[in-house]
Amino acid sequence: MKKIINNPGNVVEEAIEGYMYAYKDSLTKVNNVNGIIRKDLKDKVAIIIGGGSGHEPLFLGFVGEGLADGVAIGNVFAAPTPNTIQDVAKSVDQGKGVLFIYGNYAGDVLNFDMATELLEFEEIQTQTVLVADDVASAPEERKGDRRGIAGDVVVFKIAGAASEKGWSLQEVVRVTQKAADQTFSIGVATAPGSIPGEEEPPFVLGDDEIEIGMGIHGEPGMKRTKLMEADDLTDELLDILLKESKIQTGDEVTVYVNGLGSTTLLELLIVNRRVAQILNKKGIKIYDMDVNSYCTTQEMGGFSITFLKLDDELKDLYDAPADSPYYKKTQKIGEEVK
Amino acid sequence: MSIETVNSVNTRQLKDMFLYVGDQVVACKPLLTKIDSAIGDGDHGIGMSVGFTKADENLKANEFTSINDVFKTIGMSMISSMGGASGIIFGTMFVGGIKGLETKVSLDLPLLAGIFNKALEAIKQRGKADLGDKTMIDALQPAVEALEKSAAANESLVEGLRKAEIAALQGVENTKQYIANFGRAKSLGERAIGHQDAGATTVLIIFKSMKEWLEGQENG
Repeated sequence: MKKIINNPGNVVEEAIEGYMYAYKDSLTKVNNVNGIIRKDLKDKVAIIIGGGSGHEPLFLGFVGEGLADGVAIGNVFAAPTPNTIQDVAKSVDQGKGVLFIYGNYAGDVLNFDMATELLEFEEIQTQTVLVADDVASAPEERKGDRRGIAGDVVVFKIAGAASEKGWSLQEVVRVTQKAADQTFSIGVATAPGSIPGEEEPPFVLGDDEIEIGMGIHGEPGMKRTKLMEADDLTDELLDILLKESKIQTGDEVTVYVNGLGSTTLLELLIVNRRVAQILNKKGIKIYDMDVNSYCTTQEMGGFSITFLKLDDELKDLYDAPADSPYYKKTQKIGEEVK
Repeated sequence: MSIETVNSVNTRQLKDMFLYVGDQVVACKPLLTKIDSAIGDGDHGIGMSVGFTKADENLKANEFTSINDVFKTIGMSMISSMGGASGIIFGTMFVGGIKGLETKVSLDLPLLAGIFNKALEAIKQRGKADLGDKTMIDALQPAVEALEKSAAANESLVEGLRKAEIAALQGVENTKQYIANFGRAKSLGERAIGHQDAGATTVLIIFKSMKEWLEGQENG
């Protein structure tokens, strides 16, 4: 794998340095740990996100107004350490409590939970909402085992908007949990990503093979099949997603079509076209659509489709302004996308 | 100590022993990566290498006055540098057993068995895993039991570690028969059968390396 890196052991620190050169006006690096916070911290509940590196722009790209106040960054595909999370939390806490939001992975849970224990000694109040949107990763009866993928972004968005309104920690947690419960994703992999510095890819797919439901770290999916045309593949993914999410005629959703790294915007737009066609046909209202590569795994090929099922409260928060290096929302999109 | 059986190590020796253990784990990075790639996400070897490299650095940079500090330094190095589940779990393997322990300047078999037994309980509590879940516990628990049995029989430190290695090896073999209940291999179900757990393999390497270092002292 051709990678534009220096020493593989330094990729995270060097990437953060590069990021800080670009966004030093709005962001501050937390001393001694791989953490970044907003410069314009407000007197409100603090939102902290985090996870392993290698998924950029997740997680560091979503620190800003109406989004996260701080991010704890781990090594490549590894959860951030407890002391990183602790130092980021101390840097953003305004005495109104801290909400941790991250994808549901064993490593993240262990490290954030240890950070929570450490923060209790410093009398910083914390709450946690896990993102577990990947419907392919466990059946509904084991929903608590589901992993977090691109749905992270929409949950961050809702939480950031709620905290920006000055809501209490309890209220921010309530609506963030609601958003997490109403966020559903399904993915497909066409090619592996790489771990910087490692020769071998973490998994192998044949030239004409794809894997439906594969996780963003190559966790096994629901089925391996032959490559198919965009519309057929999108139809198959939507069948699973609609069945698992129980989203039906008359419901209203916002849609994220997320590229995993090497799948091009051209392809993602073709997928999005089909998603819109099918939802329109089924009478599911489309509030907004976002086609982007927010949650990637290096040069992994494939994409995911995420639905957030909306109600009036979530719509209002979704529409609220947001401004971070990799996510901006400036104007309200009030009408259904045709 | 030429041909005498080693029954205990002092703080300085313990530090040297774990420097050796760290080198062995780092050297096994490609093996661990390969094992983990089969059923996990392939980063276990990288993580352990980061953790033991940091532990090596911190061990070398300091002189220690108690074995408690040696264990604590190794564990905290892992927790603060690795991230991921391995950082917490393997960090706890070193810090979990010395919590509340009075200051000790030498380590014999009963004390080692006691430390790792307490660490095992701490790991179970934190990670919520138990024997048979295809995790590092499948190697650590039998190794701890072997240490305790050997200690109860008044055997030497090196003999205890020999038995712990054998028990850990059997534990690693056993993981091949299990489906995974934790971590990223969980979603594999039956497909995980036939593959050994990477974390259990690291536990085996740790006990094997401790034994090797002690045998080196006996022979040297």
